Amino acid sequence: MAETLHQTRLVVNGVPHTVRVPARRLLADCLRHDLGLTGTHLGCEHGVCGACTVLVGGLPMRSCLLFAVSVDGAEITTVEGCRTADGGLGPVQQAFQDCHGLQCGFCTPGFVTTITAYLRDHPDPTEEQARQAIGGNLCRCTGYQNIVASVLRAAELQRREGRGR
Amino acid sequence: MTTRMFGEPIVRREDPRLVAGDGRYLDDLGSGALAAAFVRSPHAHARVVDVDVSRALEVDGLVAIYTYEDLEGPVAEPLPLLIPHPRLHAPRTAHALANGAVRHVGEPVAMVVARDRYLAEDACERIAVGYQPLPPVVGLDAAVRAERSVHDDVPDNVAARMLQEVGDARAAIQAAPHRLELELEIERSASMPIEGRGVYARWDAADRSLRVYSSTQTSTSVRFALAVKLGVPVDRVEVVAPDVGGGFGVKIMHPWPEEVLVPWAAIRLGREVKWTEDRREHFVASAHERGQRHTVRVGFDDDGRLLGLDVEFLHDNGAYTPYGIIVPIITATQLLGPYKPGAYRVEFRSLYTNTVMVTPYRGAGRPQGVFAMERTMDAIAGHLGRDRAQVREANFIQPEEMPYDHRLTFQDGRPLIYDSGDYPATLAKLKRLVGWEEFEAVREQARAAGRRVGIGLACYVEGTGVGPYEGAHVRVETDGTVLVATGLTTQGQGHETAFAQVAAEELGVPVERVTVVTGDTRRFKYAVGTFASRAAVMSGNAVALAAGKVRAKALRIAGEALEADPGDLELADGMVRVKGAPGTGIALPTVAVLANPLRYAFDEQARLATQFVVGGGLQSPPVAEDDEPGLEATDYYSPIRSTFANGMHAAVVETDPETAEVRILRYCVVHDCGRLINPRIVEGQIHGGVAQGVGGALYERLVYDESGQLLNASFMDFLMPYASEVPKIETDHLETPTPLNPLGIKGAGEAGVIPGAAVLAAAISDAEGFFVDRMPISPSELWELRTRNRKGDA
Repeated sequence: MAETLHQTRLVVNGVPHTVRVPARRLLADCLRHDLGLTGTHLGCEHGVCGACTVLVGGLPMRSCLLFAVSVDGAEITTVEGCRTADGGLGPVQQAFQDCHGLQCGFCTPGFVTTITAYLRDHPDPTEEQARQAIGGNLCRCTGYQNIVASVLRAAELQRREGRGR
Repeated sequence: MTTRMFGEPIVRREDPRLVAGDGRYLDDLGSGALAAAFVRSPHAHARVVDVDVSRALEVDGLVAIYTYEDLEGPVAEPLPLLIPHPRLHAPRTAHALANGAVRHVGEPVAMVVARDRYLAEDACERIAVGYQPLPPVVGLDAAVRAERSVHDDVPDNVAARMLQEVGDARAAIQAAPHRLELELEIERSASMPIEGRGVYARWDAADRSLRVYSSTQTSTSVRFALAVKLGVPVDRVEVVAPDVGGGFGVKIMHPWPEEVLVPWAAIRLGREVKWTEDRREHFVASAHERGQRHTVRVGFDDDGRLLGLDVEFLHDNGAYTPYGIIVPIITATQLLGPYKPGAYRVEFRSLYTNTVMVTPYRGAGRPQGVFAMERTMDAIAGHLGRDRAQVREANFIQPEEMPYDHRLTFQDGRPLIYDSGDYPATLAKLKRLVGWEEFEAVREQARAAGRRVGIGLACYVEGTGVGPYEGAHVRVETDGTVLVATGLTTQGQGHETAFAQVAAEELGVPVERVTVVTGDTRRFKYAVGTFASRAAVMSGNAVALAAGKVRAKALRIAGEALEADPGDLELADGMVRVKGAPGTGIALPTVAVLANPLRYAFDEQARLATQFVVGGGLQSPPVAEDDEPGLEATDYYSPIRSTFANGMHAAVVETDPETAEVRILRYCVVHDCGRLINPRIVEGQIHGGVAQGVGGALYERLVYDESGQLLNASFMDFLMPYASEVPKIETDHLETPTPLNPLGIKGAGEAGVIPGAAVLAAAISDAEGFFVDRMPISPSELWELRTRNRKGDA
């Protein structure tokens, strides 16, 4: 009773991939185990913790609640794709280091993707808005205070970068 | 100029890897490994009658199915009792797979190995286990009643009973001018790291060696345990803790059934095998903590000074006791906090129930003890109509009374003697930070606006850095890299940074030149583990000691080369140089070359070194009798006893008059963990601890129904705080260095969580005007308490 495999095309962090996966293969498992992009983490597998958040067509989505076949053809950004063009830390990633926004780092990829998408639409959030922006992701280590600071710091870095251009 | 690293809030060195998605957590390893999955009991208590695997055999990609019948030798015996204790008179541990009986929902009954996890779970679904359900024991009341038992041969469900007494507490209470009796309860919660457990094993049949990766807080001990369980010589076993996605205590427990079975299957199959725990498994098959009910009887004078304290409590240890009775022992001793109790008597019973077993969760029995003690302090103040801070002050151990001997035995089996601390100063700082004296004005202002606010405070003392030891190895490579290895593990505490700071400080090198490895038995074989806020104290000091030896050797060798007295030399900016003469000296990498009298010069560093002559000349061997080649050293730190950190928290809450929702308006922390290696990291630990404390006070509880089903075994129903629930935390520090270790450090890892339930119960009580004696508290419970108290008033 071998499973039927479906050819699926994913453009991940700008790189096109074609995979053959069963219909039930989660996008998270496909990214992690079929494409080797293990930066996306699974914390609960039912869409509550947000650790597995990736951007699908630019929008944050829980990759544990999506089948890989259901996003055939989509452009996907994972935490690995939130770097700068030259491979350095992107502004959100740099902000997390600057503000001690992570401890164990397991939930961090989901925060990085979520905040990346948020700041694109809200480049200058207040502290209260920054806190709301991360309100759908669980972190068990930091108590969130330094993650809120990381959002504000990332916005600052992005603005500075924008001015530098 | 000396590079000063110790005490600097530098950013973490592990972060670039982790923020970019380049971390290597357990499930990121072993992409080609077979996957394991487990059939787990759906019953809290049952006999296992038979296991029928026939329908599973047709699953594509199935490799193996194992039940208890397949196990033999040590792996078939009960899992080890890790921490025996004379008072634990009826210890019971589980088998790796159920041996005829299951005693909690989630207990593993069969193991499946298949090509991937999806297929392994397909096979699990098709395995039919015949159960004969037995009536379960759920909750402390049922355990005490003992109409049924969890283990046939423990009819009263009592695993342990322990009494400690100093003076005659009952007589002192009887004779006291004032007496109170309270019942105080804390419910079950759990560590709940975002990454669950996981094990990945590789057996090299030709080499007859085993490498196991485990998401553990103690790789060294897992190594010894696996060697015994699997019958593999210990020198053929390596255990590595990769990046670990949080621990908070639950991952100190070992060896788990899965941790034994995955490598066992890898050896048997000659294939790589991996198991990654899913969230539901973590809820029903790892470990919980906190569930305790305390009866406190206290006698005190007109100032609220304790004359006698008698505490009896019940501890729910779940179905098994592999980790012994550490948690209730900690409650029994750490309950005393910063106070002199007068005569003290404490007795607990540790009870079996048909629920997930209990092992330490951050704080480990302290949150319960502090809740019992601090609520008692508040009750005394209420009884006497005195200020709650004043009553505490009246009972404080004074700085000049340090070291203070409680004449009790602590969790490490050593005397409970506080080494240092200035409790009056800590309280004074906290009162200033939160505005304790000015709060009545705040309350009046709120009341005028129709709002209900309250303030509370809670104090704790935490024994940290328990022994027996940790060690470290420090080596200076000839390229100038300083390699530091210590055996204990890391789950987000920033050890790669903090230990690098310690080594950099000792060796006078930039921190960027230091590389730290933790939790890898290939690099360091003797260690205890990361728990009990001990890593900075234990490994921090071990790194300092080992680096100190390296420093001494570097000065000696450089002294020979420069024909100078080592006493006139110093290590700074990566150079050994003559004090006061910055221009003269030898670079540390060159000293590393000189330390190894190799026959072959193959690089630039070796060429540079040829200009110097070291050693005792032709009359002695190139490596002296008491010397070794290489610029490296190993040392161990083993303290005489624990050091005691302390802290005090205050919270201001607002309770909604209609919905009884609790909102934390302010949360203030003053803490004293001695000297800080990296203030940024310590602050982060405090924040995270407070968040878990808030969760434990207002949201998190594990709810079992009467049949032993865990009703909220998911993140949908077990409510961990999001950013919207955790308040902004205001902190202040006090540094009273401990005299017990060279660096003056006390631990900080658990501190933040400890007084959470106590301080929020106090603030809610203050806002509402009635006494909260049970935590956590939900809005509906608070609403019902209001109703009951209104009726009581009427």
